[in-house]
Amino acid sequence: MIEVAGVEREFAKNGRRIVALQDIDMTVGEGEFVALLGPSGCGKSTLLNMVAGFDHPTRGAVRVAGESIREPSPERGVVFQEPALFPWLSVMQNVVFGPKTRGERAEAYGLRALQILEQVGLRGFEDSYPAELSGGMRQRVGIARVLMLESKVMLMDEPFGALDAQTRSLMQELLLSVWERHQQTVLFVTHDIEEALLLADRVCVMTARPGRIKKSIDVRLARPRALEITASPEFNALRLDVLALIREESQRAASQAA
Amino acid sequence: MRAPWFLLVPAALAALWHFAVDLRWVAEGVVPSPAQVLRSWEIWIFGSAKMTISPYAGTWLDNVTYSTRRVLQGFGIAALVAIPLGLAIGWSRLAARLIDPTVQLLRPVPITAWLPFAIAVFGIYDASALFLIGLGAFYPIVVNTTHGVRDTNLLLLRAARMMGAGPAAILAKVVFPSALPSIFTGLRLGIGVAWTAVIVAEMIAVKSGLGYVLWDAYYVGRMDICVATMFSVGLLGYLSDRVIVWASKALLRWRSLEAHA
Repeated sequence: MIEVAGVEREFAKNGRRIVALQDIDMTVGEGEFVALLGPSGCGKSTLLNMVAGFDHPTRGAVRVAGESIREPSPERGVVFQEPALFPWLSVMQNVVFGPKTRGERAEAYGLRALQILEQVGLRGFEDSYPAELSGGMRQRVGIARVLMLESKVMLMDEPFGALDAQTRSLMQELLLSVWERHQQTVLFVTHDIEEALLLADRVCVMTARPGRIKKSIDVRLARPRALEITASPEFNALRLDVLALIREESQRAASQAA
Repeated sequence: MRAPWFLLVPAALAALWHFAVDLRWVAEGVVPSPAQVLRSWEIWIFGSAKMTISPYAGTWLDNVTYSTRRVLQGFGIAALVAIPLGLAIGWSRLAARLIDPTVQLLRPVPITAWLPFAIAVFGIYDASALFLIGLGAFYPIVVNTTHGVRDTNLLLLRAARMMGAGPAAILAKVVFPSALPSIFTGLRLGIGVAWTAVIVAEMIAVKSGLGYVLWDAYYVGRMDICVATMFSVGLLGYLSDRVIVWASKALLRWRSLEAHA
Protein backbone atom coordinates (compact mmCIF):
# COMPACT_ATOMS: atom_id res chain seq x y z
CA MET A 1 0.00 0.00 0.00
CA ILE A 2 2.68 2.49 1.09
CA GLU A 3 6.03 2.08 -0.59
CA VAL A 4 9.13 4.08 0.30
CA ALA A 5 12.05 3.26 -2.00
CA GLY A 6 15.60 4.59 -1.61
CA VAL A 7 14.43 7.85 -0.12
CA GLU A 8 16.86 10.54 0.89
CA ARG A 9 15.98 14.00 2.13
CA GLU A 10 18.44 16.86 2.41
CA PHE A 11 17.84 20.28 3.88
CA ALA A 12 19.95 23.38 3.39
CA LYS A 13 20.55 25.17 6.67
CA ASN A 14 22.78 28.26 6.86
CA GLY A 15 24.42 27.19 3.62
CA ARG A 16 25.16 23.72 5.01
CA ARG A 17 23.53 20.59 3.74
CA ILE A 18 21.94 18.42 6.34
CA VAL A 19 20.91 14.88 5.49
CA ALA A 20 17.72 14.29 7.43
CA LEU A 21 16.86 10.91 5.95
CA GLN A 22 19.06 8.39 4.16
CA ASP A 23 18.46 5.04 2.41
CA ILE A 24 14.90 4.67 3.60
CA ASP A 25 13.24 1.56 2.23
CA MET A 26 10.02 0.40 3.75
CA THR A 27 6.58 -0.82 2.85
CA VAL A 28 3.33 -0.80 4.73
CA GLY A 29 0.88 -3.45 3.59
CA GLU A 30 -2.82 -2.87 3.09
CA GLY A 31 -4.60 -2.75 6.44
CA GLU A 32 -1.30 -2.88 8.31
CA PHE A 33 -0.58 -0.66 11.31
CA VAL A 34 3.07 0.38 11.31
CA ALA A 35 4.71 2.57 13.92
CA LEU A 36 7.79 4.67 13.15
CA LEU A 37 9.70 4.86 16.40
CA GLY A 38 12.69 7.09 16.94
CA PRO A 39 14.25 9.88 18.98
CA SER A 40 13.27 13.48 18.25
CA GLY A 41 15.10 14.86 15.24
CA CYS A 42 15.49 11.49 13.54
CA GLY A 43 13.35 12.59 10.60
CA LYS A 44 10.34 10.39 11.31
CA SER A 45 7.93 13.30 10.89
CA THR A 46 9.71 14.29 7.67
CA LEU A 47 9.14 10.78 6.37
CA LEU A 48 5.45 10.96 7.31
CA ASN A 49 5.16 14.38 5.66
CA MET A 50 6.51 12.91 2.45
CA VAL A 51 3.91 10.16 2.49
CA ALA A 52 1.27 12.83 3.15
CA GLY A 53 2.52 14.96 0.25
CA PHE A 54 3.55 18.00 2.31
CA ASP A 55 7.23 17.36 1.57
CA HIS A 56 9.15 15.67 -1.23
CA PRO A 57 12.21 13.40 -1.24
CA THR A 58 15.51 14.71 -2.58
CA ARG A 59 16.15 11.25 -4.05
CA GLY A 60 14.06 8.11 -4.27
CA ALA A 61 10.33 7.62 -4.48
CA VAL A 62 7.28 7.48 -2.23
CA ARG A 63 4.32 5.64 -3.69
CA VAL A 64 0.89 4.84 -2.36
CA ALA A 65 -1.15 2.20 -4.18
CA GLY A 66 1.49 2.29 -6.91
CA GLU A 67 1.23 6.01 -7.57
CA SER A 68 3.91 8.61 -6.89
CA ILE A 69 2.82 11.22 -4.40
CA ARG A 70 2.75 14.81 -5.61
CA GLU A 71 0.46 16.60 -3.22
CA PRO A 72 -1.76 16.00 -0.19
CA SER A 73 -5.02 14.22 -0.83
CA PRO A 74 -8.03 13.01 1.16
CA GLU A 75 -6.83 9.55 0.16
CA ARG A 76 -4.24 9.99 2.91
CA GLY A 77 -5.80 11.45 6.05
CA VAL A 78 -3.40 13.08 8.50
CA VAL A 79 -3.76 13.47 12.27
CA PHE A 80 -1.27 16.12 13.37
CA GLN A 81 0.60 16.45 16.63
CA GLU A 82 -1.35 19.59 17.43
CA PRO A 83 -5.00 18.99 16.60
CA ALA A 84 -4.87 21.80 13.96
CA LEU A 85 -8.63 22.36 14.12
CA PHE A 86 -10.22 25.47 12.66
CA PRO A 87 -10.91 27.53 15.79
CA TRP A 88 -13.76 29.46 14.13
CA LEU A 89 -15.71 26.28 13.31
CA SER A 90 -17.73 24.14 15.70
CA VAL A 91 -16.86 20.48 16.29
CA MET A 92 -19.43 19.38 13.71
CA GLN A 93 -18.26 21.94 11.15
CA ASN A 94 -14.67 20.83 11.65
CA VAL A 95 -15.59 17.19 11.20
CA VAL A 96 -17.53 17.73 7.96
CA PHE A 97 -15.01 20.24 6.53
CA GLY A 98 -13.60 17.69 4.06
CA PRO A 99 -16.79 16.38 2.44
CA LYS A 100 -18.46 19.79 2.57
CA THR A 101 -15.54 21.59 0.94
CA ARG A 102 -15.42 19.00 -1.81
CA GLY A 103 -19.06 19.71 -2.57
CA GLU A 104 -20.68 16.56 -1.19
CA ARG A 105 -24.32 16.95 -0.23
CA ALA A 106 -25.14 17.27 3.45
CA GLU A 107 -27.53 14.30 3.25
CA ALA A 108 -24.61 12.17 2.11
CA TYR A 109 -22.36 12.85 5.07
CA GLY A 110 -24.58 14.14 7.89
CA LEU A 111 -25.49 10.76 9.32
CA ARG A 112 -21.95 9.42 8.93
CA ALA A 113 -20.63 12.43 10.86
CA LEU A 114 -22.95 11.64 13.77
CA GLN A 115 -21.90 7.99 13.76
CA ILE A 116 -18.22 8.90 13.78
CA LEU A 117 -18.71 11.45 16.55
CA GLU A 118 -20.41 8.66 18.50
CA GLN A 119 -17.45 6.32 17.91
CA VAL A 120 -14.93 8.85 19.20
CA GLY A 121 -17.14 9.79 22.15
CA LEU A 122 -17.99 13.32 21.09
CA ARG A 123 -21.79 13.10 20.85
CA GLY A 124 -23.31 16.12 22.57
CA PHE A 125 -20.32 18.32 21.68
CA GLU A 126 -21.31 18.97 18.05
CA ASP A 127 -21.86 22.68 18.65
CA SER A 128 -18.87 23.27 20.92
CA TYR A 129 -15.87 25.19 19.64
CA PRO A 130 -12.31 23.81 19.84
CA ALA A 131 -11.41 26.37 22.52
CA GLU A 132 -14.07 24.85 24.78
CA LEU A 133 -12.63 21.33 24.56
CA SER A 134 -9.83 19.58 26.45
CA GLY A 135 -6.68 18.51 24.62
CA GLY A 136 -7.86 14.91 24.36
CA MET A 137 -11.25 15.91 22.98
CA ARG A 138 -9.63 18.18 20.41
CA GLN A 139 -7.49 15.31 19.19
CA ARG A 140 -10.64 13.17 18.93
CA VAL A 141 -12.06 15.79 16.57
CA GLY A 142 -8.78 15.54 14.63
CA ILE A 143 -9.29 11.79 14.32
CA ALA A 144 -13.01 12.10 13.52
CA ARG A 145 -12.44 14.49 10.63
CA VAL A 146 -9.91 12.06 9.13
CA LEU A 147 -12.35 9.14 9.53
CA MET A 148 -14.88 11.26 7.62
CA LEU A 149 -12.56 11.23 4.61
CA GLU A 150 -12.84 7.42 4.45
CA SER A 151 -9.25 7.35 3.29
CA LYS A 152 -7.50 4.04 2.87
CA VAL A 153 -4.38 5.42 4.53
CA MET A 154 -4.24 7.22 7.86
CA LEU A 155 -1.05 9.06 8.82
CA MET A 156 -0.56 10.01 12.46
CA ASP A 157 2.25 12.32 13.59
CA GLU A 158 2.69 11.84 17.35
CA PRO A 159 -1.00 12.53 17.79
CA PHE A 160 -1.00 11.90 21.53
CA GLY A 161 2.42 13.37 22.29
CA ALA A 162 1.03 16.53 23.84
CA LEU A 163 -1.51 14.80 26.09
CA ASP A 164 -1.13 13.84 29.75
CA ALA A 165 -0.42 10.17 30.50
CA GLN A 166 -3.96 9.21 31.48
CA THR A 167 -5.61 10.89 28.52
CA ARG A 168 -2.99 9.31 26.29
CA SER A 169 -3.91 5.76 27.39
CA LEU A 170 -7.59 6.51 26.86
CA MET A 171 -6.86 7.82 23.39
CA GLN A 172 -4.74 4.79 22.53
CA GLU A 173 -7.61 2.49 23.46
CA LEU A 174 -9.99 4.65 21.48
CA LEU A 175 -7.70 4.49 18.45
CA LEU A 176 -7.48 0.70 18.75
CA SER A 177 -11.26 0.33 18.77
CA VAL A 178 -11.68 2.79 15.90
CA TRP A 179 -8.96 1.11 13.84
CA GLU A 180 -10.38 -2.35 14.42
CA ARG A 181 -13.63 -1.05 13.00
CA HIS A 182 -12.25 0.86 10.00
CA GLN A 183 -9.16 -1.29 9.21
CA GLN A 184 -7.20 1.44 7.48
CA THR A 185 -3.53 1.28 6.61
CA VAL A 186 -1.85 3.30 9.35
CA LEU A 187 1.56 4.91 9.60
CA PHE A 188 1.99 6.14 13.16
CA VAL A 189 4.94 8.30 14.24
CA THR A 190 5.91 8.21 17.91
CA HIS A 191 8.87 8.33 20.28
CA ASP A 192 7.01 6.28 22.92
CA ILE A 193 8.05 2.59 22.87
CA GLU A 194 4.98 1.30 24.72
CA GLU A 195 2.64 3.27 22.51
CA ALA A 196 4.28 1.82 19.38
CA LEU A 197 4.10 -1.76 20.67
CA LEU A 198 0.56 -1.45 21.99
CA LEU A 199 -0.85 -0.13 18.72
CA ALA A 200 1.21 -1.47 15.84
CA ASP A 201 1.57 -4.72 13.90
CA ARG A 202 5.13 -3.72 13.14
CA VAL A 203 7.53 -1.19 14.65
CA CYS A 204 10.25 0.41 12.52
CA VAL A 205 13.00 1.69 14.80
CA MET A 206 14.83 4.70 13.36
CA THR A 207 18.33 6.01 13.97
CA ALA A 208 19.27 9.59 14.74
CA ARG A 209 20.66 11.91 12.08
CA PRO A 210 20.95 10.91 9.36
CA GLY A 211 17.69 9.10 9.90
CA ARG A 212 17.65 5.51 8.73
CA ILE A 213 15.50 2.56 9.56
CA LYS A 214 17.59 0.45 11.91
CA LYS A 215 15.29 -2.49 12.32
CA SER A 216 11.73 -3.56 11.72
CA ILE A 217 10.17 -5.58 14.52
CA ASP A 218 6.98 -7.60 14.17
CA VAL A 219 4.60 -7.27 17.07
CA ARG A 220 2.78 -10.59 17.24
CA LEU A 221 0.36 -9.76 19.98
CA ALA A 222 -3.22 -10.96 19.65
CA ARG A 223 -5.93 -8.49 18.66
CA PRO A 224 -8.18 -6.98 19.79
CA ARG A 225 -5.71 -5.46 22.19
CA ALA A 226 -6.38 -3.56 25.37
CA LEU A 227 -4.18 -1.58 27.69
CA GLU A 228 -3.72 -4.61 30.01
CA ILE A 229 -1.53 -6.23 27.36
CA THR A 230 1.29 -3.88 28.34
CA ALA A 231 1.63 -5.92 31.58
CA SER A 232 2.12 -9.25 29.76
CA PRO A 233 5.53 -11.02 29.56
CA GLU A 234 5.49 -11.03 25.74
CA PHE A 235 5.00 -7.29 25.70
CA ASN A 236 7.77 -6.83 28.19
CA ALA A 237 10.18 -8.94 26.15
CA LEU A 238 9.46 -6.85 23.05
CA ARG A 239 9.88 -3.68 25.06
CA LEU A 240 13.33 -4.74 26.25
CA ASP A 241 14.36 -5.63 22.68
CA VAL A 242 13.37 -2.24 21.38
CA LEU A 243 14.86 -0.48 24.36
CA ALA A 244 18.22 -2.17 23.73
CA LEU A 245 18.12 -1.02 20.08
CA ILE A 246 17.33 2.52 21.06
CA ARG A 247 19.95 2.63 23.80
CA GLU A 248 22.58 1.45 21.34
CA GLU A 249 21.49 4.18 19.02
CA SER A 250 21.49 6.99 21.57
CA GLN A 251 24.95 5.94 22.79
CA ARG A 252 26.21 6.08 19.25
CA ALA A 253 24.68 9.52 18.81
CA ALA A 254 26.18 10.71 22.10
CA SER A 255 29.66 9.45 21.20
CA GLN A 256 29.37 11.21 17.83
CA ALA A 257 28.38 14.43 19.48
CA ALA A 258 31.36 14.22 21.89
CA MET B 1 -23.83 50.39 41.79
CA ARG B 2 -20.21 50.77 40.84
CA ALA B 3 -18.68 54.18 41.16
CA PRO B 4 -18.25 55.80 37.73
CA TRP B 5 -14.46 56.01 38.03
CA PHE B 6 -14.07 56.67 34.34
CA LEU B 7 -15.54 60.15 34.90
CA LEU B 8 -12.84 61.15 37.39
CA VAL B 9 -10.10 62.21 34.98
CA PRO B 10 -12.41 64.03 32.51
CA ALA B 11 -14.05 65.87 35.43
CA ALA B 12 -10.65 66.89 36.80
CA LEU B 13 -9.53 68.10 33.36
CA ALA B 14 -12.78 70.07 32.92
CA ALA B 15 -12.29 71.65 36.36
CA LEU B 16 -8.70 72.57 35.51
CA TRP B 17 -9.91 74.08 32.22
CA HIS B 18 -12.65 76.04 34.00
CA PHE B 19 -10.28 77.52 36.59
CA ALA B 20 -7.58 78.23 34.02
CA VAL B 21 -10.05 80.45 32.20
CA ASP B 22 -11.78 81.81 35.30
CA LEU B 23 -8.55 82.74 37.09
CA ARG B 24 -7.04 84.19 33.91
CA TRP B 25 -4.14 81.73 33.70
CA VAL B 26 -4.58 81.97 29.97
CA ALA B 27 -4.86 85.18 27.95
CA GLU B 28 -8.38 86.54 28.12
CA GLY B 29 -10.59 85.88 25.15
CA VAL B 30 -8.31 83.24 23.61
CA VAL B 31 -9.61 80.14 25.31
CA PRO B 32 -13.37 79.88 25.93
CA SER B 33 -14.63 78.41 29.20
CA PRO B 34 -16.27 74.96 29.30
CA ALA B 35 -19.63 76.60 29.95
CA GLN B 36 -19.22 78.86 26.94
CA VAL B 37 -18.35 75.96 24.70
CA LEU B 38 -21.39 74.00 25.91
CA ARG B 39 -23.68 76.97 25.29
CA SER B 40 -22.32 77.56 21.78
CA TRP B 41 -22.49 73.86 21.02
CA GLU B 42 -26.13 73.76 22.08
CA ILE B 43 -27.01 76.70 19.81
CA TRP B 44 -24.98 75.15 17.02
CA ILE B 45 -27.01 71.97 17.32
CA PHE B 46 -30.51 73.13 18.28
CA GLY B 47 -30.57 76.85 17.48
CA SER B 48 -32.44 78.34 14.57
CA ALA B 49 -31.32 81.27 12.46
CA LYS B 50 -34.48 83.21 13.42
CA MET B 51 -33.71 83.15 17.14
CA THR B 52 -30.06 84.19 17.12
CA ILE B 53 -27.65 86.06 14.93
CA SER B 54 -25.12 83.22 15.07
CA PRO B 55 -24.42 82.04 11.53
CA TYR B 56 -23.74 78.58 12.98
CA ALA B 57 -27.14 78.11 14.63
CA GLY B 58 -28.73 74.81 13.71
CA THR B 59 -26.08 73.78 11.19
CA TRP B 60 -24.38 71.09 13.31
CA LEU B 61 -26.31 68.11 12.04
CA ASP B 62 -25.78 69.10 8.41
CA ASN B 63 -22.04 69.39 8.86
CA VAL B 64 -21.86 66.17 10.86
CA THR B 65 -23.75 64.46 8.05
CA TYR B 66 -21.37 65.82 5.39
CA SER B 67 -18.29 64.67 7.28
CA THR B 68 -19.72 61.29 8.28
CA ARG B 69 -20.85 60.54 4.75
CA ARG B 70 -17.39 61.39 3.40
CA VAL B 71 -15.72 59.23 6.02
CA LEU B 72 -18.02 56.28 5.34
CA GLN B 73 -17.63 56.57 1.57
CA GLY B 74 -13.88 56.99 1.62
CA PHE B 75 -13.44 54.29 4.25
CA GLY B 76 -15.80 51.93 2.41
CA ILE B 77 -13.90 52.34 -0.87
CA ALA B 78 -10.60 51.85 0.99
CA ALA B 79 -11.84 48.63 2.63
CA LEU B 80 -13.23 47.28 -0.66
CA VAL B 81 -9.88 47.80 -2.37
CA ALA B 82 -7.50 47.11 0.52
CA ILE B 83 -8.95 43.82 1.82
CA PRO B 84 -8.81 41.93 -1.52
CA LEU B 85 -5.43 43.50 -2.31
CA GLY B 86 -4.06 42.54 1.12
CA LEU B 87 -5.32 38.99 0.65
CA ALA B 88 -3.58 38.86 -2.73
CA ILE B 89 -0.29 40.29 -1.43
CA GLY B 90 -0.28 37.95 1.56
CA TRP B 91 -1.29 34.89 -0.44
CA SER B 92 0.56 35.14 -3.73
CA ARG B 93 4.30 35.71 -4.05
CA LEU B 94 3.74 37.20 -7.48
CA ALA B 95 1.21 39.73 -6.19
CA ALA B 96 3.56 40.58 -3.33
CA ARG B 97 6.44 41.23 -5.74
CA LEU B 98 4.26 43.28 -8.06
CA ILE B 99 2.36 45.42 -5.58
CA ASP B 100 3.97 45.41 -2.15
CA PRO B 101 7.08 47.54 -2.96
CA THR B 102 4.87 50.28 -4.40
CA VAL B 103 2.60 50.25 -1.36
CA GLN B 104 5.58 50.39 0.99
CA LEU B 105 7.16 53.28 -0.95
CA LEU B 106 4.00 55.35 -1.09
CA ARG B 107 2.92 54.63 2.48
CA PRO B 108 5.39 57.00 4.21
CA VAL B 109 4.05 59.96 2.19
CA PRO B 110 1.87 61.74 4.78
CA ILE B 111 -1.73 62.10 3.79
CA THR B 112 -1.39 65.89 4.27
CA ALA B 113 1.35 65.97 1.63
CA TRP B 114 -1.14 64.67 -0.94
CA LEU B 115 -3.43 67.65 -0.41
CA PRO B 116 -2.13 69.98 -3.17
CA PHE B 117 -2.00 67.06 -5.58
CA ALA B 118 -5.59 66.06 -4.74
CA ILE B 119 -6.89 69.60 -5.21
CA ALA B 120 -4.98 70.02 -8.48
CA VAL B 121 -6.38 66.76 -9.86
CA PHE B 122 -9.87 66.63 -8.35
CA GLY B 123 -10.57 70.33 -7.66
CA ILE B 124 -12.38 71.77 -4.66
CA TYR B 125 -14.93 68.97 -4.72
CA ASP B 126 -15.95 65.89 -2.78
CA ALA B 127 -13.66 63.77 -4.92
CA SER B 128 -10.61 65.44 -3.35
CA ALA B 129 -11.82 64.61 0.15
CA LEU B 130 -12.75 61.05 -0.78
CA PHE B 131 -9.36 60.53 -2.38
CA LEU B 132 -7.51 61.65 0.75
CA ILE B 133 -9.75 59.72 3.14
CA GLY B 134 -9.64 56.58 1.03
CA LEU B 135 -5.88 56.73 0.59
CA GLY B 136 -5.32 57.35 4.30
CA ALA B 137 -7.55 54.46 5.38
CA PHE B 138 -6.17 52.17 2.65
CA TYR B 139 -2.68 51.70 4.10
CA PRO B 140 -3.46 50.32 7.56
CA ILE B 141 -6.13 48.00 6.13
CA VAL B 142 -3.91 46.59 3.38
CA VAL B 143 -0.90 46.17 5.67
CA ASN B 144 -2.86 44.43 8.42
CA THR B 145 -4.74 42.19 5.98
CA THR B 146 -1.42 41.11 4.42
CA HIS B 147 0.01 40.44 7.86
CA GLY B 148 -3.05 38.43 8.88
CA VAL B 149 -2.84 36.26 5.77
CA ARG B 150 0.87 35.58 6.22
CA ASP B 151 0.24 34.69 9.85
CA THR B 152 -2.11 31.82 8.95
CA ASN B 153 -1.01 28.68 10.80
CA LEU B 154 0.80 26.33 8.40
CA LEU B 155 -0.82 23.30 10.03
CA LEU B 156 -4.30 24.65 9.25
CA LEU B 157 -3.30 25.06 5.61
CA ARG B 158 -1.94 21.52 5.55
CA ALA B 159 -5.07 20.18 7.24
CA ALA B 160 -7.27 21.86 4.62
CA ARG B 161 -5.17 20.51 1.73
CA MET B 162 -5.22 17.05 3.27
CA MET B 163 -9.02 17.19 3.37
CA GLY B 164 -9.15 18.00 -0.32
CA ALA B 165 -9.63 21.79 -0.30
CA GLY B 166 -8.38 23.56 -3.44
CA PRO B 167 -6.73 27.00 -3.49
CA ALA B 168 -10.03 28.92 -3.73
CA ALA B 169 -11.59 27.01 -0.85
CA ILE B 170 -8.45 27.44 1.27
CA LEU B 171 -8.45 31.18 0.64
CA ALA B 172 -12.15 31.56 1.48
CA LYS B 173 -12.50 29.05 4.30
CA VAL B 174 -9.10 29.06 6.00
CA VAL B 175 -7.01 32.10 5.12
CA PHE B 176 -9.80 34.69 5.25
CA PRO B 177 -11.29 33.67 8.62
CA SER B 178 -7.81 33.27 10.02
CA ALA B 179 -6.87 36.79 8.87
CA LEU B 180 -10.16 38.34 10.01
CA PRO B 181 -8.91 39.50 13.44
CA SER B 182 -6.01 41.31 11.74
CA ILE B 183 -8.36 42.74 9.13
CA PHE B 184 -10.46 44.24 11.93
CA THR B 185 -7.34 45.75 13.49
CA GLY B 186 -6.67 47.36 10.10
CA LEU B 187 -10.25 48.63 9.87
CA ARG B 188 -10.02 50.22 13.34
CA LEU B 189 -6.77 51.98 12.46
CA GLY B 190 -8.24 52.90 9.07
CA ILE B 191 -11.34 54.60 10.45
CA GLY B 192 -9.10 56.65 12.75
CA VAL B 193 -7.04 57.87 9.80
CA ALA B 194 -10.28 58.52 7.87
CA TRP B 195 -11.45 61.03 10.50
CA THR B 196 -8.05 62.74 10.46
CA ALA B 197 -8.16 62.93 6.68
CA VAL B 198 -11.71 64.26 6.50
CA ILE B 199 -10.86 67.21 8.76
CA VAL B 200 -7.73 68.07 6.77
CA ALA B 201 -9.59 67.74 3.49
CA GLU B 202 -12.55 69.83 4.62
CA MET B 203 -10.31 72.55 6.00
CA ILE B 204 -8.82 73.13 2.59
CA ALA B 205 -10.28 71.09 -0.24
CA VAL B 206 -14.09 71.43 0.22
CA LYS B 207 -16.48 73.98 1.63
CA SER B 208 -18.64 71.97 4.01
CA GLY B 209 -18.37 69.60 6.93
CA LEU B 210 -16.81 69.80 10.38
CA GLY B 211 -13.32 70.51 9.07
CA TYR B 212 -14.62 73.46 7.10
CA VAL B 213 -16.48 74.80 10.17
CA LEU B 214 -13.33 74.36 12.27
CA TRP B 215 -11.17 76.47 9.98
CA ASP B 216 -13.92 79.00 9.30
CA ALA B 217 -14.59 79.46 13.02
CA TYR B 218 -10.89 79.95 13.65
CA TYR B 219 -10.76 82.69 11.00
CA VAL B 220 -13.64 84.62 12.54
CA GLY B 221 -12.30 84.15 16.06
CA ARG B 222 -14.98 81.74 17.29
CA MET B 223 -12.75 79.53 19.43
CA ASP B 224 -15.86 78.22 21.24
CA ILE B 225 -17.06 76.69 17.97
CA CYS B 226 -13.57 75.36 17.25
CA VAL B 227 -13.53 73.53 20.57
CA ALA B 228 -17.09 72.25 20.08
CA THR B 229 -16.01 70.95 16.65
CA MET B 230 -13.05 69.14 18.18
CA PHE B 231 -15.36 67.43 20.67
CA SER B 232 -17.79 66.55 17.88
CA VAL B 233 -15.08 64.88 15.79
CA GLY B 234 -13.79 63.05 18.85
CA LEU B 235 -17.25 61.70 19.62
CA LEU B 236 -17.89 60.61 16.05
CA GLY B 237 -14.50 58.92 15.84
CA TYR B 238 -15.17 57.13 19.10
CA LEU B 239 -18.63 55.97 17.97
CA SER B 240 -17.41 54.67 14.61
CA ASP B 241 -14.63 52.76 16.37
CA ARG B 242 -17.18 51.22 18.75
CA VAL B 243 -19.28 50.08 15.79
CA ILE B 244 -16.27 48.25 14.30
CA VAL B 245 -15.39 46.70 17.67
CA TRP B 246 -18.98 45.56 18.05
CA ALA B 247 -18.99 44.03 14.57
CA SER B 248 -15.70 42.26 15.20
CA LYS B 249 -16.96 40.83 18.49
CA ALA B 250 -20.10 39.57 16.76
CA LEU B 251 -18.10 37.92 13.97
CA LEU B 252 -15.20 36.65 16.05
CA ARG B 253 -17.04 35.02 18.94
CA TRP B 254 -14.70 32.02 18.75
CA ARG B 255 -11.86 34.32 19.77
CA SER B 256 -13.45 35.32 23.05
CA LEU B 257 -13.82 31.59 23.82
CA GLU B 258 -10.09 31.20 23.26
CA ALA B 259 -9.30 34.08 25.57
CA HIS B 260 -11.31 32.45 28.38
CA ALA B 261 -9.88 28.98 27.84
